[in-house]
Amino acid sequence: MVDQSTRGKTAEEVRPPESVELPSWERRHVLDLDDFSRPEVEQVIETADAMKEVLGREIRRVPTLRGTIVATLFYETSTRTRSSFELAAKALGADVVTVAAAASSVQKGESLVDSARTLQAIGANILVMRHRQSGAPYLVAGHVDMSVVNAGDGWHAHPTQALLDAYTIQHHLGDLRGKKVVIVGDILHSRVARSNIWGLTTMGAQAVLCGPPTLLPWGLRPGYRGNEDRALPPVEVDTNFDRAIEGADVVMALRLQLERQQAGLLPSLREYVQLYQVNEERLTRAKPNVLVMHPGPINEGLEISPEVAHGARSVIEEQVTNGVAVRMALLYLLAKGR
Amino acid sequence: MNDSLGIRGGRILDPGCGVDLVGDVLIREGRVAAIGPDVATEAEHIVDASGLIVCPGLVDIHCHLREPGFEHKETMETGTRAAARGGFTTVCSMANTEPAIDSRAGVEYILRTAAAQGAVRVLPIGCISRGRQGKELAEMGDLAGAGAVGFSDDGSPVADAALMRHALEYSTAFGLPVIEHCEDLSVSHEGVMHEGWVSNRLGLRGIPAAAEEAAIARNIGLAELTGAHLHVAHVSTRESVELIRRAKARGVQVTAEVAPHHLALTDEAVMLAATESPGGLAYDTNAKVNPPLRPRPDVDACIEGLADGTIDAIATDHAPHAIEDKLCEFDFAAFGISGFETALALCLSLVHEGKLDLSTVIYKLTAGPVRALGLERFVPGLGSLAEGAPGDVLVFDPEAEWVVEPERFVSKGKNTPLAGRTLKGRVVATVCGGRAVFMEEGVAVSHGR
Repeated sequence: MVDQSTRGKTAEEVRPPESVELPSWERRHVLDLDDFSRPEVEQVIETADAMKEVLGREIRRVPTLRGTIVATLFYETSTRTRSSFELAAKALGADVVTVAAAASSVQKGESLVDSARTLQAIGANILVMRHRQSGAPYLVAGHVDMSVVNAGDGWHAHPTQALLDAYTIQHHLGDLRGKKVVIVGDILHSRVARSNIWGLTTMGAQAVLCGPPTLLPWGLRPGYRGNEDRALPPVEVDTNFDRAIEGADVVMALRLQLERQQAGLLPSLREYVQLYQVNEERLTRAKPNVLVMHPGPINEGLEISPEVAHGARSVIEEQVTNGVAVRMALLYLLAKGR
Repeated sequence: MNDSLGIRGGRILDPGCGVDLVGDVLIREGRVAAIGPDVATEAEHIVDASGLIVCPGLVDIHCHLREPGFEHKETMETGTRAAARGGFTTVCSMANTEPAIDSRAGVEYILRTAAAQGAVRVLPIGCISRGRQGKELAEMGDLAGAGAVGFSDDGSPVADAALMRHALEYSTAFGLPVIEHCEDLSVSHEGVMHEGWVSNRLGLRGIPAAAEEAAIARNIGLAELTGAHLHVAHVSTRESVELIRRAKARGVQVTAEVAPHHLALTDEAVMLAATESPGGLAYDTNAKVNPPLRPRPDVDACIEGLADGTIDAIATDHAPHAIEDKLCEFDFAAFGISGFETALALCLSLVHEGKLDLSTVIYKLTAGPVRALGLERFVPGLGSLAEGAPGDVLVFDPEAEWVVEPERFVSKGKNTPLAGRTLKGRVVATVCGGRAVFMEEGVAVSHGR
């Protein structure tokens, strides 16, 4: 495969900027943010800044990871996360192997561990995986020598999303300490919310979770007796969005799966919109420069009004762009750390 | 004395008969002939039990031997040998085989296979409903006639309350208990572990305690209505214990059992395994069991229930599985713990921690289960060392420590969340019907006079 973008360039011209040279990176896997320290998150953010610079160049490609094979194994359909990882890997000069589970040996009854080991046997160094079942990347990480990057597992974690969210917030608002970030919607089934709880609290932000009681997990609901040591970190929970949004620096809406209503968790989508939609009227209660975020894909007019989704305070598209830079940063750090 | 076995010099504990003395057990022609100081000096074969505990062979009223249908998980032969390894001499096999034990032929198959291949005594449990489908009653009369000791659709709760009512009513004709796995499936809704902060942390679908409690409350109501004997399988929550306590107090014919893992482990075992895991989260499928492991207050309530008599018996719910049933995503893993070979030591951990006394634990593993299900009528003297009782004896060292190595299990099922853990309390010898069915390495039967 001839790499058109770097053809004719010398290695000097496409070398990543100096700031990418960072001291140490001990981590082998990125499974969730629960075991990330603040300096580690900062290191990712700084590295992502350098990567963003690369992405701004005319030739958006460096040979840093030439010879590295990144495999993406997706058991759940995903357009943005997978293409984001693949673009990130290619921008660093890595080779990419894509396995869509629907077309793979899953249907032949091959187990997850076997599928991952097969990718390792063909030479993959980093496995990026998404799975409908919580914990699946942990199972794989326990049975392979490759680095495993969790691109979303069930309701559990989506660490790269939370990192790109932290990156985006910091880019606009600076230090996250003391910033009020309201996450609204289906917290119960949301891996984005769970990883963000870790990421935001690690960075010193005040996370507020808001949603109807049926979509708030046990343990976060009002009246819960307290958090044990190893539970999710303590966060504020409010079922009243109008109250929760007061003075917010960031409002993050989550995608509402339409089947939640059919499953009896919500009386109607109409009522959900009335109580929990992020719209212009509600944003007047937040800080004037509030950031509006969404991990996508959006149900316009449901969890967020179209005016807000495409309005001046929305950084939703920027989240997507930053996602590539953050994933480049992670792939770089993992490959260099090996 | 021909055909006699003497177990000499141990501390003999038979809580069901109020026996606690140092002495010998003499077994002749497969039955207990005498207990007391120096009664076995003349025995043909001698086992030296000095410094050890000698008690009736353990009785497990809830286990899965997997045969017929799932011989890759366990067979009659491996399952009963594992039972013997764990100190059990009588086990009641659950009916969720393939085909399910819902006919006379099924019960006869179990009894025949056990007689031919079993290391210990097997008492079969038959189905409540045909094919365990929860639609129509199984031929309970025929099952009883063939030798079933109770009825259960274990693994699948009887969802339909009217069918449950009729099962309870009908069972009274045979004087056999209905053993129910109490779970309201509409509440547990495909959950895979206890619903609490751990499930929230791991993003796993939870099974709330109320799924069990709602079903127990319903079934107690139906037992009260019909006057039938309801036996509640594997109780695991505080409110379940309380419901049974109150039902017993007002005279409802209800008995209950608890599994060793529900007495010794909490839901945190799903998150934290004995060995280190990547990312610090184990997602240990070997700790996936139904009912799920519960938080500490529920565990403590189950222990309290044993101590005050609310819970009649400890039953293993031994549920062996093949490697591939557990080496997969947590959601897809089979429920169940291979329990025979760790049950005694887990229960003894409660004694070592000062939570229960030794005679209570032994009672709940011997006379307790026999009385709960009324097994005396099938095997007179079962669960005791009374004269004429079956020559079923367990000799164990309550202080000996050992490390759980699943690969060394006799059971085909290596699925235990205890791998790598050090347990205290070890089986030295298991005697069933006067025959040694397990002897610890290095322990010998010597020839007496």
